[in-house]
Amino acid sequence: MKITFDWLKDHLKTKSNENKLIEKLTDIGLEVESVEASSGLDSFIVSRIIKSEKHPNADRLKVCDVDIGGELKKVVCGALNARKGILTIYAPPGAIVPKNQIKLTVSKIRGVTSYGMLCSESELNLSNESSGIIELDNKKFKNKVGKKFFSKKQSNLIDLSITPNRADCLGVRGIARDLASTGFGKIVDFKEKKISSKLKQKINVKITKDKNQGCIAFGSCLITGIKNCESPEWLKNKLISVGQKSISAVVDITNYVMLDLNRPLHAYDADKIVKGLIVRNSKKGEKFTALDNKEYLLEEGMCIIADEMGVLGLGGIIGGTRTGTEIDTKNVLIEAAYFDPRSIRKTSNILNIDTEAKYRFERGIDPMSIELGLNRAVKLIKEICGGKISKIDIQRIDQLKKKIIKFDTKLFEKISGFKISSKEMIKILKNLGFEVKSHKSNLKLQIPSWRPDINQEIDIVEELVRIYGYDKVKIIEPIKTRKKQTLTQSQRLFHFLQRSVATKGYLETITWSFTDSKINDLFREKIKSIEIVNPISSDLNVLRNSIFSNLSIYLSKNIDRGFKDISLFEIGPVFSGSEPGEQETVLGGFRSGKVSRLSWLEKSRNVDVFDIKKDVIQSLEEAGFNPSKLFIDDETPNYYHPGKSGRIFLNKGKDRVVAYFGELNPNIIKKLDIKVESLVGFEIFKDRLLLPKKSLKDQKTIYKISDFQKSERDFAFIIDKDFKSQELIEIISSVDKNLVKEVKIFDVYQGENIPKDKQSIAINVTIQSSEKTLKDQDLEQINSLIIKTVENKTGAKIRS
Amino acid sequence: MSDIKKIKDEFLSKLKNQLTISEVNQIKTDLFGKKGLISSEFKKISQVDENNRKKFAVQLNEVKEELQERIDSKINEIQNAEINEKLIKEKIDITLPSRPYIKGKIHPVSQTIDEISSIFSEIGFSVEEGPDVENEYNNFTALNTPDNHPARDMHDTFYLDRNKHKLLRTHTSPVQIRTMLKDKPPFKIIAPGRTYRSDSDQTHSPMFHQVEGLNIDKDINMGHLKGCLNYFIKEFFEVDKIRMRFRPSHFPFTEPSAEVDIGYEIKNEKIIIGEGEKWLEILGCGMVHPNVLKNVKIDTKTYQGYAFGIGIDRLAMLKYGINDLRSFFDCDYRWLNHFGFDPLDVPTNYRGLSR
Repeated sequence: MKITFDWLKDHLKTKSNENKLIEKLTDIGLEVESVEASSGLDSFIVSRIIKSEKHPNADRLKVCDVDIGGELKKVVCGALNARKGILTIYAPPGAIVPKNQIKLTVSKIRGVTSYGMLCSESELNLSNESSGIIELDNKKFKNKVGKKFFSKKQSNLIDLSITPNRADCLGVRGIARDLASTGFGKIVDFKEKKISSKLKQKINVKITKDKNQGCIAFGSCLITGIKNCESPEWLKNKLISVGQKSISAVVDITNYVMLDLNRPLHAYDADKIVKGLIVRNSKKGEKFTALDNKEYLLEEGMCIIADEMGVLGLGGIIGGTRTGTEIDTKNVLIEAAYFDPRSIRKTSNILNIDTEAKYRFERGIDPMSIELGLNRAVKLIKEICGGKISKIDIQRIDQLKKKIIKFDTKLFEKISGFKISSKEMIKILKNLGFEVKSHKSNLKLQIPSWRPDINQEIDIVEELVRIYGYDKVKIIEPIKTRKKQTLTQSQRLFHFLQRSVATKGYLETITWSFTDSKINDLFREKIKSIEIVNPISSDLNVLRNSIFSNLSIYLSKNIDRGFKDISLFEIGPVFSGSEPGEQETVLGGFRSGKVSRLSWLEKSRNVDVFDIKKDVIQSLEEAGFNPSKLFIDDETPNYYHPGKSGRIFLNKGKDRVVAYFGELNPNIIKKLDIKVESLVGFEIFKDRLLLPKKSLKDQKTIYKISDFQKSERDFAFIIDKDFKSQELIEIISSVDKNLVKEVKIFDVYQGENIPKDKQSIAINVTIQSSEKTLKDQDLEQINSLIIKTVENKTGAKIRS
Repeated sequence: MSDIKKIKDEFLSKLKNQLTISEVNQIKTDLFGKKGLISSEFKKISQVDENNRKKFAVQLNEVKEELQERIDSKINEIQNAEINEKLIKEKIDITLPSRPYIKGKIHPVSQTIDEISSIFSEIGFSVEEGPDVENEYNNFTALNTPDNHPARDMHDTFYLDRNKHKLLRTHTSPVQIRTMLKDKPPFKIIAPGRTYRSDSDQTHSPMFHQVEGLNIDKDINMGHLKGCLNYFIKEFFEVDKIRMRFRPSHFPFTEPSAEVDIGYEIKNEKIIIGEGEKWLEILGCGMVHPNVLKNVKIDTKTYQGYAFGIGIDRLAMLKYGINDLRSFFDCDYRWLNHFGFDPLDVPTNYRGLSR
């Protein structure tokens, strides 16, 4: 909502200045978005074209020498009427064109440098005239060359951000009323003389009793024999001062009344209405061309104004071209109606129309303003365009009910935490237009008709605090006690994993929850794609089914930036369906490139699956999971290298996969078009990690160590090539859980001297008793038991 | 007698020469070997007459000890010299780079969430979560924003179905609804998380982060709201004094509603939060609307309270001087390194929010 202080003063008597006004507006919840100095208009200067020649490189352009008051400027101009001798308006570089808000610069146009611009009326929002530059009256302006065109100092344009509940402040008077209630000035009384006419309003208006009829009341007044014309200066200036265009007197007046009183009106060319107006629900398939020159196809049940021939307009939203007023309109019918906000919103949403009228009606117009608005508008029309006024005709299908609220004044302190007297409350409410009857601590309030937002007691509390001042609310210092743990165990796990992975050298990223379906498909596996109906762009069109979808895109971007050795991770939601809750938290990471690149100490090598396996296992251990219990197999999704990837379970029972790790499938890397020497990745599924049942204090068991001598023994087994070392370790460990303390694989070998389908695995076993020093024969016994067990269970042979 | 002295003198002088370890060992053998000179003298003890025997033995022992000591120190000397020589040879350029290591970083948004949680933890808030995909009821209707309400226009919503029943949550406020439906009052929670609006330009990104706050109890009023946010803002920006302004606003789910501005100034192109002349909007808040409480079956006669919503990304930008919101989600390696936090910098109450 745009206003000026000057306009506000039509309704508010105040001696305050603009700075105080701006502060006050903000204090009562009418947020000031911006204050624009309309002094920008100061730079538009009356000038005379001294010379006009054809542009050397363009047939339709002219190069003009323009006298701007003792100084000549070269300006390239496309207007046909840019000819020698005429007086026009010059805008220098730096000026902002009111119509399109473009800031002018010195620029070359087809090779000729142009210093500024010559303006049309349309560009200055003076009228719609855009066919040529302004030609100023020679007599009036010949002595003003070099002077400012907009002589009168205009007050600043104040742009307010009106919250959707405050329909009443979409008119200047409403804002003035709110200000006055705080003591910022006094509202100017509105003693407008009612029009008196004996003429009947001859155009019949009927509101049908359709189901969910969106029009509750329809007021109209006919003015015959007018002479529509340009608006007078004061009216033009008023509209221009808030950034509106002047069109014609009739249209300007309806706009003016809307902006001033928040009372939308519509003007019909009465001669074009065929046999009266019918306000009814639309039928599916009805069509009409609106004033925005678009044709709309209507659904069933939209509130329309029609005549015998069909639709004339969408009530409260937009009028149609068929009955639009023009400069030669002779008889005009002014409409002031009340439309149901829900009906307005429904219709405009379906048809995707946004107009000033719609914006106001959907927020709720004062239903009592019909007569006031008509009265004001027709008087102005008569004043400016002449004609004869009819009586005001108002059709209604429903009577207005007055809203009454009982307000318990104690509620104020209960909510706000401080007290004000009922006397003060009554004063504020009366100033806001409430009718107040007080009875002990209760107030019986009749709500002003312009406040559709006020429906219950709490709304009254808000009005009172708002006007009395939020600064009066006293700070109550918070008490530092905690009744519940801040984080749940699952939330703590999130943080452990996040920081644990970061300590392994990964940079944390945050990427969108949505992604490009083409990339997502590479990682989606069998989960169904979840489309966004209205994506922000076609490459962010689905919810991600994998943490890798975006991560791979950004990995690729960083590689394009010239990085090679990259470690990235993200922890966040991954979606499996479009129902709330069909998501899980996944921590995914990538490492690319080499280890020890360009190190003087070590030879560099590609990062590999065992680097990333370490990162995953170590992080899981740090987050509280016993690594010796983890169980790993090699069934992984297709985006991993089928031979160099694994999945991790919390135990041998394999009840749920808690992580994947491995090299990325080269086919995927190719499809992603990522240029890497190597690329490994992992996913940890946070929500699938069963939380450790024990707290830290319970995890610490009794401290028991053995000081008896330990013995180490190496074994080498020839074993089937695809036999899993994990199982071998498990077999050896279980030979004697009391004696076998540690099992390490220190070599794996395939090749010479080993049969093709076999491998040699070298193992170091630590044996120690917690009861005695083992004798040679004890050791021999356990060693041979290890060999025997392994050979029996796996078919391996000890290597001699 | 003189034999002993002769041996002693001869060998002491020999040991003064520059010798190798093997030469010293040879001397040792010459003296103390089976047929060594000193060993031979010991054999003679029994032959010495009884009167002199004791004296002889004492002398012989003294000489033996002296020579032995001398030999040991000579060996030590030689070994030390050898080590010293080796050390000189082994000298390296210690300024050469260490083995390479890579440093991980925590994203500023994550760090900020941890800071926020830490501050609210101190005054008794616990953390709740909710799903990113929400139904239209939790995101709007239950929050007193019925369909066909213009307030819905304030949120450009991403929908997952044509009927507009399922959507990406436009704010963290649905967590209020979920929490209140799940448990019984009192409630004192914050809910940080991802939020989505189909808006993308210099200052908006289609995904951003909010933290919701909700405190419902008996007799919680606007004074508590003001106190809580005043405490939070001071703690978060780590300043003692801060100008703060509550300004009336409108959110369908709170009434009275307010927006909170804080004072700032620009010094050396950097934003300084605190006592500057200018105002910066940082959050929205208010007393939970009775309609919302009714929707979750809470008795509004007994319980009331406040709620707030803060933009996390914006807080991070202000505190850490980050200019561009969109850079948060660009994953530029240089940016992540520059603005990221060491994973060991865990914000805590006792250690402080930042180093």
